[in-house]
Amino acid sequence: MPLWLSVYAFQEIALSDGNAIELRDVVKAFGDVYAVDHVSLQIRDGEFFSLLGPSGCGKTTSLRMIAGFEYPTSGEIMIHGREMSSTPPHLRPVNTVFQSYALFPHMSVEQNVAFGLEMKGVAKADLGPRVQEALEMVRLTGYGARRPRQLSGGQQQRVALARALVNHPEVLLLDEPLGALDQKLRKEMQLELKGLQERVGITFIFVTHDQEEALTMSDRIAVMSHGKVLQVGTPTEIYERPSCRFVADFIGETNFVEGKVVESAGGYATIETADGIRLRGCSARPLSSGAAATLSIRPEKVRLLPQGEGSAGDENALPVRVERVNYIGSDTRITVRLSDQRTLNAWEQNDRSTVDRNAYWQPGEESLLVCPADNALVLTE
Amino acid sequence: MALDTLQKQRRRSGRLRLAGLLGPGALWLTLFFAMPLVIILLYSFMTAGPRGNVIWQATFGQYAALFTKDIYVNAYTRSIWASVLTTLICLLIGYPLALFIARSPQRWRTPLLFLILIPFWTNFLVRIYAWQIILSNNGLINSALDSLGLPTQTLLYTENATLLGLVYGELPFMVLPLYASIERFDFTLMEAAADLGASRWRAFLRVMLPITMPGVAAGSVLVFIPTVGQFVVSELLGGAKVDYIGNLLQRLFLRSNPPNWPLGSAMAVVMMAVLMVMIMLYFRSTTEEDR
Repeated sequence: MPLWLSVYAFQEIALSDGNAIELRDVVKAFGDVYAVDHVSLQIRDGEFFSLLGPSGCGKTTSLRMIAGFEYPTSGEIMIHGREMSSTPPHLRPVNTVFQSYALFPHMSVEQNVAFGLEMKGVAKADLGPRVQEALEMVRLTGYGARRPRQLSGGQQQRVALARALVNHPEVLLLDEPLGALDQKLRKEMQLELKGLQERVGITFIFVTHDQEEALTMSDRIAVMSHGKVLQVGTPTEIYERPSCRFVADFIGETNFVEGKVVESAGGYATIETADGIRLRGCSARPLSSGAAATLSIRPEKVRLLPQGEGSAGDENALPVRVERVNYIGSDTRITVRLSDQRTLNAWEQNDRSTVDRNAYWQPGEESLLVCPADNALVLTE
Repeated sequence: MALDTLQKQRRRSGRLRLAGLLGPGALWLTLFFAMPLVIILLYSFMTAGPRGNVIWQATFGQYAALFTKDIYVNAYTRSIWASVLTTLICLLIGYPLALFIARSPQRWRTPLLFLILIPFWTNFLVRIYAWQIILSNNGLINSALDSLGLPTQTLLYTENATLLGLVYGELPFMVLPLYASIERFDFTLMEAAADLGASRWRAFLRVMLPITMPGVAAGSVLVFIPTVGQFVVSELLGGAKVDYIGNLLQRLFLRSNPPNWPLGSAMAVVMMAVLMVMIMLYFRSTTEEDR
């Protein structure tokens, strides 16, 4: 880490109790539509934090309020402990990487990167070295004299990063910056961005609708829907312990079985489906009997037993018939049908190498689907 | 060999098509643009006859008169100064106006542009006469001042009235190219500039103005050129008290007794030369940044 960054980071931590950004009960209304609906968040210093959700969930509006392009209808936005809800964007110590990059087309790459420093009144003599340092950081040394339109999408993306980071922002805001790149470049940039963030140690707030991207890169994720934050947590917490049905559904794939709570104790809850099947799963909080609830279990966490193994009376065991078998190389993805016409998905890892068709499930086979209670979650809403 | 013939044929038909496309335009421009221009250029080096005729006797006398007699030198400077002022005022009014229209909701833009164009439905002369009615000593403004007990002002037949009329007449020609340019501008760039620490004004000067400069240049040229040669506004609103190039030209060709076509031609040639130099300089200064 360059010296200026470590000194900088040290000062900021001293200033702010470890929170780079804090949103306190922030509301943004456009007419009578609540784009952001009473959101409170604490984003720690040096963290790679993602705002994840479908389009229209309020993640971009939240980011724009931190940048200062929108002002909250009510609530407070603190940047390193300073209240900045109504500070105009050019006076905030944050910088943004825009989805469209928003590079200045009439300036060279160097002039683009130098722009922020010039606005701050950095001496002409210091501009050159700092611009070069920033271009080096994003591996664009030698491209300084080019115009943005002469660069590829990935290169423009890196210029946008350099243009923001050269200002030593306290927080870097990234608005779906990888959205315009093709799949392969996207994967590369994900790793590069994460590496860069670890090197410079600046807090990154990353807006994305791509759950895989968020899981790969983030220290913590806030999942948003309809202007509200549904859950904040590490990637494993979000995936393994989703707090509600929406989060379980939005992140990864899962099977849902609906029912009513019949028993709840000791971190577990049992539901009963309309046709009388009882299923047990983890439950973070005690649930009242009779309440509507859903059992969620990920397809890679269920097991399909061949006929003759286990019995229908075992806990969380459901007699099923194999409906469809999808071989995709690393896994085999199997859709099974319950007696009442509902279907569930089960993924089996192909850990043995064989071309023998009989080694795999066949459509029409009878089977027992087991979802271990520790792998299943009982969710309300 | 066969291939060679085919290529030749193709080339010939290509040439025919080109001649067909360019022919009418070229013919028109030769007859009605190049020929008159050559005639004017020839006349400017001839001698004026006593009955308004042109004597075919070569001389630089017309040009010598233009550059030495105050009446002509003053007319040039006055016309150019008035045009510079008109262009600047049109720019100062037109840019915010074009910006406003470009930033209006999509469904309002066409109606607003339409409003800018509505004056063109009425003859320009008629609209200038209307300004006479507004500005005259017992016109709209002075009646209003009078009824409020305020002293009336001499508005009509002043140089400011001329300027007003010029700005009024030329403003649409400034707004339209500016609108086209601003409407295409990506306003995310203004957010990017603000994000990087630029105040609104600095973001405008460093980002928006340079990027919309083609619109500024186009609008300025469209306003500047006709203003240099105008004579109607300075006569009807300025009262023909002072001479602009357009007034002198009109007089030399049509009104003076006898008319002096050689001198008028020389005057037109110098005007064209001055305009060409100024426009070249202007384009160089505005396009340099985006090379």
